[in-house]
Amino acid sequence: MTQLNIKREALRKPNQKKRKSCPFSDPNTPPIDYKDLKVLTRYVSERGKIIPSRISAVSAKKQRELSKAIKRARFLALMPYVVG
Amino acid sequence: MALYESVIIGRQDLTPNQFEELVEEFTKIIKDFKGVIKKREIWGLRNLAYKINKNRKGHYILLNIDSSSDAIAEYERLMRLNEDIIRFLTIRINSVDENPSPLMNNKSDRSRNELVNSEAVKTTNEEV
Repeated sequence: MTQLNIKREALRKPNQKKRKSCPFSDPNTPPIDYKDLKVLTRYVSERGKIIPSRISAVSAKKQRELSKAIKRARFLALMPYVVG
Repeated sequence: MALYESVIIGRQDLTPNQFEELVEEFTKIIKDFKGVIKKREIWGLRNLAYKINKNRKGHYILLNIDSSSDAIAEYERLMRLNEDIIRFLTIRINSVDENPSPLMNNKSDRSRNELVNSEAVKTTNEEV
């Protein structure tokens, strides 16, 4: 019996996409740009690392643009590589 | 011709007008290659997020350039040679957005910077 329950348990795990929608793609937001730091700093941990898309619920396409913009901002010393 | 967006960071112990003359030299290079400077924004003296060879602050300027690629090659070659420029980044863009970049309004004062407003850009397009 237990074997069945465990299998059913695994099926019912809610996948992450359903709960949170990607903040960039749905409303018509401005394109991701390495200059607007207000947007970029929201997707960086307090240590200055890029937050993975599985946590920040960003779609894969937007996450690639986001990480490219953050890396450019870091290169131009607009954002730190490491905080503290 | 292709549209480029270039950000230049100058050494902190340059005076603002020294930095502008320096940038003037580079824009002259672009003009020699028949390029056009679409937008020019001076972000002024900003704190760097980390020290770049002993500089804690840097003069920032953003240039939107419409030119051929060999103009950019020459432009970048000169910047590499010049010690007053501590870092620069040139990227290719598809369209120039007219409104000032987010970094503009919070720090540097607007008066000093020569922002090509959209009417001017439109008139040049018609003439060309």
